Amino acid sequence: MLAEFLQYLFTGITIGATYALIALGFTLIYNASHVINFAQGEFLMIGGMATVSLTAMGVPMILAVVLAVILAGLLGIALQRLAIAPAKQADVVTLIIITIGASIFIRGIAQVVWGKEYHVMQNFSTSEPIEVFGAVLNSQSLWVLGIGAVMVVGLVLFFTKTLIGKAILATSMNKEAARLVGIRTQMVLMLAFMVSALLGSVAGIVVAPITFTSYDIGIILGLKGFVAAAIGGLGSGVGAVVGGLSLGIVEAMAAGYISSDYKDAVAFSMILLVLFFMPRGLFGAKVVERV
Amino acid sequence: MLRTMMRRAGKCAAVAAAGLMMMSAQAAEPIKIGSFLSVTGPASFLGDPELKTLEMYVEKINEEGGVLGRPLELVHYDDVGNASSARNFASRLIRSDQVDIIVGGSTTGATMAAVPLIEQAQVPFISLAGAVVITNPVKKWVFKTPQTDRMAAERILTDMKDRGITKFGLISGTGGFGSSGRTQTLEVAEEMGMEVVADVTYSGSDTDMTAQLTNIRNTKGVEAVLNFGFGQGPAIVTRNYAQLGMELPFYQSHGVASDSFLELAGSSAEGLRLPASPLLVPDSLPEDDPQKEVVQNYKAEYEARWDSKVSTFGAYAYDGLMLAVRAIEEAGSTDPAAVRDALENIKGYVGVTGEFNMAPDDHNGLDADSFRILEVQNGEWKLIN
Repeated sequence: MLAEFLQYLFTGITIGATYALIALGFTLIYNASHVINFAQGEFLMIGGMATVSLTAMGVPMILAVVLAVILAGLLGIALQRLAIAPAKQADVVTLIIITIGASIFIRGIAQVVWGKEYHVMQNFSTSEPIEVFGAVLNSQSLWVLGIGAVMVVGLVLFFTKTLIGKAILATSMNKEAARLVGIRTQMVLMLAFMVSALLGSVAGIVVAPITFTSYDIGIILGLKGFVAAAIGGLGSGVGAVVGGLSLGIVEAMAAGYISSDYKDAVAFSMILLVLFFMPRGLFGAKVVERV
Repeated sequence: MLRTMMRRAGKCAAVAAAGLMMMSAQAAEPIKIGSFLSVTGPASFLGDPELKTLEMYVEKINEEGGVLGRPLELVHYDDVGNASSARNFASRLIRSDQVDIIVGGSTTGATMAAVPLIEQAQVPFISLAGAVVITNPVKKWVFKTPQTDRMAAERILTDMKDRGITKFGLISGTGGFGSSGRTQTLEVAEEMGMEVVADVTYSGSDTDMTAQLTNIRNTKGVEAVLNFGFGQGPAIVTRNYAQLGMELPFYQSHGVASDSFLELAGSSAEGLRLPASPLLVPDSLPEDDPQKEVVQNYKAEYEARWDSKVSTFGAYAYDGLMLAVRAIEEAGSTDPAAVRDALENIKGYVGVTGEFNMAPDDHNGLDADSFRILEVQNGEWKLIN
């Protein structure tokens, strides 16, 4: 009984942690620009696929991970420079559509370069599962949780302790004022895209040994990450983490206790309920209309 | 990119050369074989090897003098796995290209979308898709080469019974393949007096099936587990199965009978069984197996021509084309009604997929025994029976 519950909980937390990392990426860019970056899932895919193909070429795992993360970071910068920045004064909606276009483009390139097959990545450490009170835990889950926690703490420090982090926050609060005090807002935006690409790619790499990876893995995980961000309240870091974890846990519990057929239905009803009673999400900021 | 361009250039040259040759030789009216396949898109793993197979054997047959002294011409469209474009292309094949026979339809969806049109136009059609609905109930002009999912279920359940298993848990994907397989499995189980004690599903995009498997594990009386699904899902199920330390006999369906599944599932696949085409184990077939030579030849020729691994799906196209050729030869013309009748009366054609014995009430012509039960041993397929 306990074992069963724990098993569902482990499953939920592992996948939830991934959702949370993706949701954080959404949050970051949303904060800096009010744009919802639908190419977030693609950063995830780039991380996983680049690592797999680099290791296949004989690059040691650690170096491959670093290179993949750098590649994703560059891609984040390129996305902002080449797709978002030229659209300058465009509406937020237009920018969101641009990110959708960019995601299709990136996916297309990935499909040509890496093909359409699914790829396997080895577990970081042992592939032997760990037993806890009769439930089993994939050792990779610990990596997902650990790295997820490190990333969250790192982000918090980045935003509260560093000047650049504070500049991003300032830009999100009031772009005009931020520019007046000498913050280069375009630069800040670029940084936000880069950091969120780094986040996404790290999530893609740690989760790849569990989910496999392929050129289109970003669609589903990206969407789930967006849902998690919406539950938590777009723009809230805590919300992204809570939203991701609760989405994962609810999914796993529903699959285990109710029926796997209703798993997604339960998760999506939860979103409806949350948004119905708290339209800004669990931790969303109150909106003040500027007149 | 460059490679596709080179290939295209090569193709153009080949077409030009063929054109010149045709002009010099006496130009017999070609026999037009129409095809719509999912060469790109999500079902490209089906359509791609199918098209390659058709192209290469049409070439080969033409080099050997064609059929009834006439060359074959392949008219092909890519339906991108989309049922409505499949229907449009079927219509184009019939109306504007006026093909003599259609060999195609990579997915059940594409096939079924084209069927009403083809029935109406009265053109013989050999489908390359799996589900039982294509030929059951029998449609006058529609035939198919792959075994049905019902036969797969029969084969798996028979093997379970031979091992003394009567109660098993079922985990299936919610996609078309998985849910059709689930329905068939439930029906066959009832007929054979077996009991499905747990019945859970997962959706194609799920990345972890531990919860569902835990559910099965905790069900009383489970003696074996069967996973009916397609794509990467079954590989994740297999890995989770091993992680949970489940030691019950484990079965997969023919949907994952390929070497890439072994790569994805890795050592977790050890000991699992599935029904599959003999194409996966051409060399371990006994010498007196009538299929041995056909299977070995197809594998060798395909791999030599395309420099990529042969797949079960390409074999469906091979059998489809060969059945079409045989029917046209037997009919002695390309008259649609005569070809259709000849197709329906083909007996004892030994193909890569199995031995076909068509009949007026059986437009598939295979029986469940054409599936071989394979077991994964030391990371390789091993023929069990």
